[in-house]
Amino acid sequence: MMKQEDMLEQPSQASANFINVGERTNVTGSAMFKRLILEDDYEKALDVARQQVENGAQIIDINMDEAMLDSEAAMTRFLNLIASEPDISRVPIMIDSSKWSVIEAGLKCVQGKAIVNSISLKEGEENFLHQAKLLKRYGAATVVMAFDEVGQADTEDRKFEICQRSYKLLTEKIGFPPQDIIFDPNIFAVATGIEEHNNYALDFINATRKIRQNLPHCHVSGGLSNVSFSFRGNNPVREAMHSVFLFHAIKAGMDMGIVNAGQLEVYDQIPAELKEAVEDVILNRHPDATDKLLELAPKYQGDGKAVVKDNLEWRELPVNKRLEHALVRGIMDFIEEDTEAARLEADKPLHVIEGPLMDGMNVVGDLFGEGKMFLPQVVKSARVMKKAVAYLNPFIEKEKDQGSSNGKILLATVKGDVHDIGKNIVGVVLQCNNFEIIDLGVMVPCAKILQVAKDEKVDMIGLSGLITPSLDEMVYVAKEMQRLDFDLPLLIGGATTSKAHTAVKIEQNYQQPVVYVPNASRAVGVCQKLISAENRANYAKELDAEYEKVRVQHANKKPRTRPVTLEQARANAFDFDWSSYQPPKPKKLGVIPVDVELSELIDYIDWTPFFLTWSLAGRYPRILQDEVVGKEAQSLFDDAQDLLKSLCEGGSKNGKLQAKGVMGIFPANSVQDDIEIYTDENRKSVAHIAHHLRQQTEKPKGANNCLSDFVAPKHSNKADYVGAFAVTAGIGEDELAQAYIEDGDDYNGIMVKAIADRLAEAFAEYLHEKVRKEIWAYVPNESLSNEELIREKYQGIRPAPGYAACPEHTEKQLIWDLLDAEKHTGMQLTESYAMWPGAAVSGFYFSHPESRYFAVAQIQDDQLLDYAARKNWDRLEAEKWLGPNIQ
Amino acid sequence: MSQLTIQQNLIEAAQQRILLLDGAMGTMIQDHKLEEQDYRGTRFADWASDVKGNNDLLVLTQPDIIFDIHCAYFAAGTDIVETNTFNATSISMADYHMQDLAKEINFEAAKLAKKAAEKYTALTPEKPRFVAGVLGPTSRTASISPDVNDPGFRNVTFDELVEAYVEATHGLIEGGVDLIMVETIFDTLNAKASVFAIQTVFEELKLTLPVMISGTITDASGRTLSGQTAEAFYYSMNHVAPFSFGLNCALGPDLLRQYVEEISNVSECLVSAHPNAGLPNEFGEYDMGPDEMASHIKEWAASGLLNIVGGCCGSTPQHIAAISEAVKDYAPRKIPKRDVKMRLSGLEPFVL
Repeated sequence: MMKQEDMLEQPSQASANFINVGERTNVTGSAMFKRLILEDDYEKALDVARQQVENGAQIIDINMDEAMLDSEAAMTRFLNLIASEPDISRVPIMIDSSKWSVIEAGLKCVQGKAIVNSISLKEGEENFLHQAKLLKRYGAATVVMAFDEVGQADTEDRKFEICQRSYKLLTEKIGFPPQDIIFDPNIFAVATGIEEHNNYALDFINATRKIRQNLPHCHVSGGLSNVSFSFRGNNPVREAMHSVFLFHAIKAGMDMGIVNAGQLEVYDQIPAELKEAVEDVILNRHPDATDKLLELAPKYQGDGKAVVKDNLEWRELPVNKRLEHALVRGIMDFIEEDTEAARLEADKPLHVIEGPLMDGMNVVGDLFGEGKMFLPQVVKSARVMKKAVAYLNPFIEKEKDQGSSNGKILLATVKGDVHDIGKNIVGVVLQCNNFEIIDLGVMVPCAKILQVAKDEKVDMIGLSGLITPSLDEMVYVAKEMQRLDFDLPLLIGGATTSKAHTAVKIEQNYQQPVVYVPNASRAVGVCQKLISAENRANYAKELDAEYEKVRVQHANKKPRTRPVTLEQARANAFDFDWSSYQPPKPKKLGVIPVDVELSELIDYIDWTPFFLTWSLAGRYPRILQDEVVGKEAQSLFDDAQDLLKSLCEGGSKNGKLQAKGVMGIFPANSVQDDIEIYTDENRKSVAHIAHHLRQQTEKPKGANNCLSDFVAPKHSNKADYVGAFAVTAGIGEDELAQAYIEDGDDYNGIMVKAIADRLAEAFAEYLHEKVRKEIWAYVPNESLSNEELIREKYQGIRPAPGYAACPEHTEKQLIWDLLDAEKHTGMQLTESYAMWPGAAVSGFYFSHPESRYFAVAQIQDDQLLDYAARKNWDRLEAEKWLGPNIQ
Repeated sequence: MSQLTIQQNLIEAAQQRILLLDGAMGTMIQDHKLEEQDYRGTRFADWASDVKGNNDLLVLTQPDIIFDIHCAYFAAGTDIVETNTFNATSISMADYHMQDLAKEINFEAAKLAKKAAEKYTALTPEKPRFVAGVLGPTSRTASISPDVNDPGFRNVTFDELVEAYVEATHGLIEGGVDLIMVETIFDTLNAKASVFAIQTVFEELKLTLPVMISGTITDASGRTLSGQTAEAFYYSMNHVAPFSFGLNCALGPDLLRQYVEEISNVSECLVSAHPNAGLPNEFGEYDMGPDEMASHIKEWAASGLLNIVGGCCGSTPQHIAAISEAVKDYAPRKIPKRDVKMRLSGLEPFVL
């Protein structure tokens, strides 16, 4: 963000004014805003608007163009709410929609003078003038697109002609004030490899100059990110292109624009060599400017680190083989060139997809199936494939010919859950196998899943979830599908799902096939079997039999150890002589917000789970030398380092990804299985009670543990303490990942989240160390290596609600209440108590030297009822939240 | 006289001198101490609900009283009287279940005021008199929720307001007004609906009358009730190309001055003001006498802030006569030439 401000200040010396329009409240531009609106969370959506204004937006663009929305109603509601928020409504609104009815609905809600975005001659003069006349009557300025009955203007002449014609019609025919006209002469991508595109940026700049010189008082605006579209994935080059473009466009008279905060380099700080090459491209100064920039670009990829060039012998192969090679190796450099060559050879552009590209992807699929390629590589292949398809799409559109896919699959992370790395990977792998994927994202309510499934006529539905309450939501979706007579197969996946749960809880609720899919590589086979009518019946029978077997096994499963009553378990609690122990008194009590630079966290990262995310098994760092996956693991690790480095740029205030946390230590004593947390050291008034569960199977050698046992009991009269923390390294992760995915770069989209997850865990580790050494300071002289930290060789524990030692998720609310976590960090809890952003960790701190992690596992009915009474729940509520620990 | 001649006369008069509006209507009606029966007259003797306090109804039931008040203001020197139609929209009239009378009241009110104007124009042809047809704010707000617990809720929509204002405007124009005045604007979105309606009617009737816009700064915050600064409010309403732009009601001249000055600095059309005669005392009466009020206004005129001036709540023909005397030697405000800029607004102004 810092970058943007610098940048906007700097070219503004050339021209007195450049207005950057805030674009975060745009469902087509911000995944987060879209999610908030779709989920009806207008409170949070208002916060987005407020932050924009607080961060200096002088105008805010509001767009509700989303197929799943009643856009008119959403526009009306949001604007009405904004009207009640003086700190937002102090700035003018830009009412942005491609639908006139939505624009009008918006105009009926704003008392200020707004800007409409946009109108054009696209549907002829009559329509254009009718709309403009109404705008005059509502009292609004307007963006006018350089678009006429023929199409969007691309050349300088066309741009100017259309703008001039629009201007004359507006000012002469209906007396529209010229100062209230803002032309958008269309910013298009340059350096696409297509010669006709080379002059697009210059066309815009020259047209802008001509417009400002010849059409008095009007303004010029544009959406900047398009210009660098062909360098998706290479942010340094994109940022340089944006900066250079803006520099020249502002000089020519562009005085307003929608500019993405994170995508600008300071003009003067672009390396000379790169600036020269970029200016050649933007100003179309040499016929080979694109090639030169393409040549230079890899050098600046990921912070200018030199990239080792591949052996280029394969460039001599025939085009089909070149495409295959590029797909298998995930090489982006020549894909458009080769796709173009293949297109020229083919009868129809579609044949390039169905022929050489699909052939290449089939090779990828086979190699993956044989274990000769690994997930990160497959995702890179998908990125190449997407780029090729994106290149071909305009040609295919022209022929109005629809490609045929294997089938359409809807994927969603269920309501209450925000985790989507696994789901995204499955989506990419299925796309590689020519399935069309409709990904509804995270926290998707059942009704929406089923509605979209119907509207889009999908062939199957895949549900994903990571936290245990999501299991219940999946059961609910299955029941709804049965009730509504769906006949689609249902796929179940995600970290907490299991074949047993699917068989016992889900499959019986829905008569159509329900399939547990343990990992991405299995997804393709399952979907292929389900998609074909003849295979589906057989496969369904197999599944029925298989799940019946699982159910029988499950029913017969005897607990390995005998259960004990709650009373017996409590009698066998952790035995400790409190009278001879003095609990350490923390140096600092109370809530402490924690800011940290991502770069400080890197040393605390445990990389092993990162490789698991990508289906590469092995312990880091040994995995890098592994005979089978070593090479790929190293390459994945290098990519992660590059991305990590770029994420650290900008620091804790301005980085694209940010970490925030909060912790606190409080006076506490245990009362049986509860922990009383006191308002102060007087220990008279109980602020909160933490409820814990006790192991309830026979423990001949050890104790029946409960976390409360690690805090001095009230009757011991010892002043003890308990801590809590909530940290995230995922602020910005959704937007970043979405931006990558929209750019066709699923690889980095998944990578961002996988890294954010690791950073969040690292943050928890980092903070726990600070707590042990400085804040609670019970081991001020601790000195452990990262390896020892990962193996948890320190005194004290930090168990997290939802995990083994305290498996009940609603206790996170206590942490939020204790720490005022949302206020301090922006982290939120969903209705299923998933944390948002997804890259987050929260938990309790226990200092006791003998405190240790354990698994509560199965509990009995007596504890269920006891816990329900303590939480003030009825039985049903308790069964819902303790589901995984009963049965 | 044709409509064009009247407008020509109006423009010429405004170039030559500071024009005078009238003063309060309600204050003058109060002096008659009318009772329920007087409000009802014979026509509404059996009306199901109470109508006392429905001052606009008096144009139907006590037309002579209203005519005489208009005449009293003209006699005191008023150039432009306002029709007695402050609440005569179907939305406000619904409080008395008289929504169906809205158009008729506007029509009759316009006719009454016009009759008075013609009488005085005949008496002093060198000082032609005009009638401004008043559109009031209505009893509802389009950009403020009446329910504090539901800020997104509205009890009136833009479209409903437009419909009501279209009807009232038709009544006023058919009754013969020379200008339209949207006044006591405390919610700009209501006022935007009114000018949307006015322009719709103009287009339908293929005529254009001068439009006066007058907002209300509710308190010392310097903002309208819906939160806009005076300048932001001006940019929100400027698209109607107003004949005049100004402020009225809520404050006396002492407190209103700085906001009139703010408007005067930015307005590219005539500036009007009709303040209250001070603030109401504990009995709800206005204490500022004609001379005191006139001395304030005199200073405004001397400072070149004014083109059109009058009084709102608490002012009487005596106030108008005193103001008329006070400003007669001062030239009207000169309309400044401002740079052509895009001037937008939220609650605050924004210029590019």
